Amino acid sequence: MLIVIVFIITVGAFYLIHLLPGDPAVVILGTGDSPANRAKLYRQLGLNKPILEQYFVWIKNVVRGNLGTSFISQTSVWSTIKTALPIDVEIIFLSQILAFAVAIPTAMRSARKPDGWLDRILSAGSFTLLSIPSFVMIVLLVLFVAIKLGIPHTGPSSYISLSADWIGNLESLALPSFTLAVGSYVVYYRVLRSDLIATLQEEFITMARSKGISQRRIMWRHAFRPSTVALLGTAGVNIGGLLAGGFIVQYLLSIPGLGYTLIASIGRSDYLVVQGVVLVVSVGVILINFAFDIVINIVDPRISRE
Amino acid sequence: MYVNEMVEEASVHNRPERKKRLGLLFWICVGWIALNLLAAALANVLPLQNPIFQNYASVNAGPSLHHLLGTDDLGRDIFSRIVFGSRVSIEVSLGAMVIGFGVGAPLGMLAAYRRGKFDSILSSVMYVFLAFPAIIATIAVLSFWTPRSLLKIIVVIGVASIPLVYRVIRSAAMTVATKDYVVAAKVQGATDRRILMKELLPNVAPIGISFLLVGIATVVTLEGALAFLGLSVNAPTPSWGNMINESLAILQTNPWLAIFPSLAMCLFLLCLNFIGDRLRAHFDVSEGKL
Repeated sequence: MLIVIVFIITVGAFYLIHLLPGDPAVVILGTGDSPANRAKLYRQLGLNKPILEQYFVWIKNVVRGNLGTSFISQTSVWSTIKTALPIDVEIIFLSQILAFAVAIPTAMRSARKPDGWLDRILSAGSFTLLSIPSFVMIVLLVLFVAIKLGIPHTGPSSYISLSADWIGNLESLALPSFTLAVGSYVVYYRVLRSDLIATLQEEFITMARSKGISQRRIMWRHAFRPSTVALLGTAGVNIGGLLAGGFIVQYLLSIPGLGYTLIASIGRSDYLVVQGVVLVVSVGVILINFAFDIVINIVDPRISRE
Repeated sequence: MYVNEMVEEASVHNRPERKKRLGLLFWICVGWIALNLLAAALANVLPLQNPIFQNYASVNAGPSLHHLLGTDDLGRDIFSRIVFGSRVSIEVSLGAMVIGFGVGAPLGMLAAYRRGKFDSILSSVMYVFLAFPAIIATIAVLSFWTPRSLLKIIVVIGVASIPLVYRVIRSAAMTVATKDYVVAAKVQGATDRRILMKELLPNVAPIGISFLLVGIATVVTLEGALAFLGLSVNAPTPSWGNMINESLAILQTNPWLAIFPSLAMCLFLLCLNFIGDRLRAHFDVSEGKL
């Protein structure tokens, strides 16, 4: 299954350049169009061969880590991706820690007394947050945190790399991470809450209660693990979605991650970089989902036996 | 006899007979969406100012009687731009959902009803596409498929939504297809067409509608995201996403420019999500099925 999907992704990413109108070489080269470059690109992509053979030429290069050379920035696509990717990973990592750290305790609180006042407030709050797209959230955050409050390094184009100054780096990634964390929190809270409520009605919970085990211990030791299957599945899908949703947030704050690279490349018509980023991100998303499937099987072995 | 029937009926509706009301908030949301749709449809007829007329005499003006929500950095009326901007969001979301439901829903119902080889082949194809990151695919195709147009955006998003609609409708139809009344209809010799239209469709519809609303909300967000990437309609045509994007450059001098379109968009999304959620609760569909 995994191999089939990755194969289809490579075919899709390969075929993208044939969606371009006219001679793809002319469009890809753009401002870098010269007979020498054109000959190079033709060789690199095998453009004069039949389309099936072109795919094999291309995939052979890709497997070797050669995604081509951008004729607009004159750098290899793979090295561009390699410098950008860690920033995405860092933002997603920070946002997920934040989201889980808030979602798990609040969902437990809500599930303890469904339809109680605290649950109502939390549910209404999460529902409102659900309707705020990430790009609206980031614009409002920039307005209030960076401009009105004037907290340093949080505004647009103030990215500081991790190796230069780690505190500054955290400050500059605070708003994007927070924005993505809010989006994830809403999803995780809702999923975990409804699963916890269902689990708490099971007989083994009643059994544990009748033995006099404390509420806290029941929550963490008995109810939590069986309630996390859907949560993990959602997290897998959500993290994949964050890679894409994080694009806009990065772009607005000029944080040079993959998303920023992608959008800037679309703007410059740097099609080989776009193709490379699309390929890497798509395969990354698939691998993340696959990894979460494995984790789910560990948490609940019944699933793989079915 | 009568009592017996009553008891039987009560046991069928095993929860106590507490008629769930949709509530006032639900109808306020419906009204707000209706107002938005109406304004978008009648934008040309309404006494609105020209959304792309640049009045340099009043640039970055705050809210006033003449300009209800003020003007932007080029002196264009923000209120009018919001109303005209909603057209793009609504056109794209409705168009995409027509494609998504037009293809995904019949296939999903058919697969759930037929089962067998047809279902297993179609489902595995759909699941492969479902594993695809749809947003990235949309961005990728739109950035290569030039020149861009509203129709292409609708087609790309619509096609990308087909597997999702298929999965939701199929799983909903699956639970209906095993119900006694469907079996009874089959035994009576009803045609497949009749069973699909008269038995399956009305029972799948509530789930379909609440998913449709969530789908519209998702596409509105997606269109906004595409506008940020410069992949949606071109300036000076307003769209909510365009407006928020443009506002960023002058956020410091004129924050209203960011706040009003954001508010319009969030309220629209909130209402759609709320209506969808309430309908789902009303028809007692567990979230797990979606």
